[in-house]
Amino acid sequence: MKTVIIKYNAGNTRSVTFALERIGITPLITDDVDEILSADKLILPGVGEASSAMKYLQEKKLDNVICSLTQPILGICLGMQLMCEYSEEGNTNCLGIFKQNVKLFSRSELKVPQIGWNTILDLKTELFSSVKENEYQYLVHSYYAELGVNTIAKTNYGLTYSSALNKNNFYGVQFHPEKSGPTGQKILENFIKL
Amino acid sequence: MLAKRIIPCLDIKDGRTVKGVNFENIRDAGDPVELAIEYSKQGADELVFLDITATNEKRKTLSALVTRIAKQINIPFTVGGGISSVEDVSALLNSGADKVSINSAAIKNPELISELANQFGSQCVVVAIDTKFDNNEWWVYINGGRINTGLKTIDWAKQVTEFGAGEILLTSMNNDGTKKGFALDITKQISEAVNIPVIASGGAGTVEHFKAVFTAGKADAALAASIFHYKEIGIQDLKKYLKNNNIEIRT
Repeated sequence: MKTVIIKYNAGNTRSVTFALERIGITPLITDDVDEILSADKLILPGVGEASSAMKYLQEKKLDNVICSLTQPILGICLGMQLMCEYSEEGNTNCLGIFKQNVKLFSRSELKVPQIGWNTILDLKTELFSSVKENEYQYLVHSYYAELGVNTIAKTNYGLTYSSALNKNNFYGVQFHPEKSGPTGQKILENFIKL
Repeated sequence: MLAKRIIPCLDIKDGRTVKGVNFENIRDAGDPVELAIEYSKQGADELVFLDITATNEKRKTLSALVTRIAKQINIPFTVGGGISSVEDVSALLNSGADKVSINSAAIKNPELISELANQFGSQCVVVAIDTKFDNNEWWVYINGGRINTGLKTIDWAKQVTEFGAGEILLTSMNNDGTKKGFALDITKQISEAVNIPVIASGGAGTVEHFKAVFTAGKADAALAASIFHYKEIGIQDLKKYLKNNNIEIRT
């Protein structure tokens, strides 16, 4: 099995690498198109800012490559948001795989970013196999994906939003499974098994 | 609902924890990695490692330690102590730290906060504020409480938020080490004045103190060191107590 972490300018590749190593996977970290296309599983990590991340993906021509993939790919945090239609962060047109838009939490009503452990519910798909409703996952984000047809997990912070998305082979999670204890590890294992 | 966080803090000197701990299943009480694993098993929500190593030469070993920690634990952790430049932060984040905390360096050069926020994102920039109540006012102190900066804590907290801090770690020097409870008044004031999370620190002695800092103090997270190190309070017992008292907590 070949697991690739897509290398770009907004990745926390280190944490994801270590988390995969803990479940016995040695990932390849690369932005090489051939390596990406020949992977069995891919992860698009993300800690950073949407518009500069999209610009980088476009310059490296990785945007079309990602959209053309047919094998399972998991976007984490910003990685998931980049798979959405549009983000208010930097007024960015994203990859458009998920039909959701990404919006800023209300700063007048909430502490932003949301930092800490929050629950995930209404879980769908094999990604959450053996994961109980209302388990806690670690989240750090100022922008959120709206609810919609692609929603496979929900979280509440002032409002209810998509904490995970899925369409065909594309998966995205707003939380950080690599930092979310045993449950997060289970979700990563589930993804690898897809 | 977003849970309140319980954060044990480990003091590190020359790559070893300073305060000795005697958890039953730990072979080496001075090894920060073993302690980190133990705390994370007990249900700690995050960890803070504060490096109090005196010399820059020995400080270089910190990055290697950070990588060892990141490989082993699956909860977020912050590294602080003597960080003064973008390069310091870059090295620690690249080694696997999730966040860094800066203190004196932010006072000397507040622009550093925005430089870090722009380069790495606000979410990994924790600004630590040491505060002391003196002459009817809470002031910001540096150098371990020895120097009064002349800044009012409330003003500095607002400033660091504007500069792009992601969180504030607020330590009351009056309460630190007393085990008589957190400084509820200033914690509440800061938490209401800024729209970023506030981690309260200093004074934890009982489970009731944690309840008070989350309710009356309006803290988003609470940090403590010695009561966890010396097993005066177990993290699991603390979390059970808080949950039974209707505080949102991850158990």
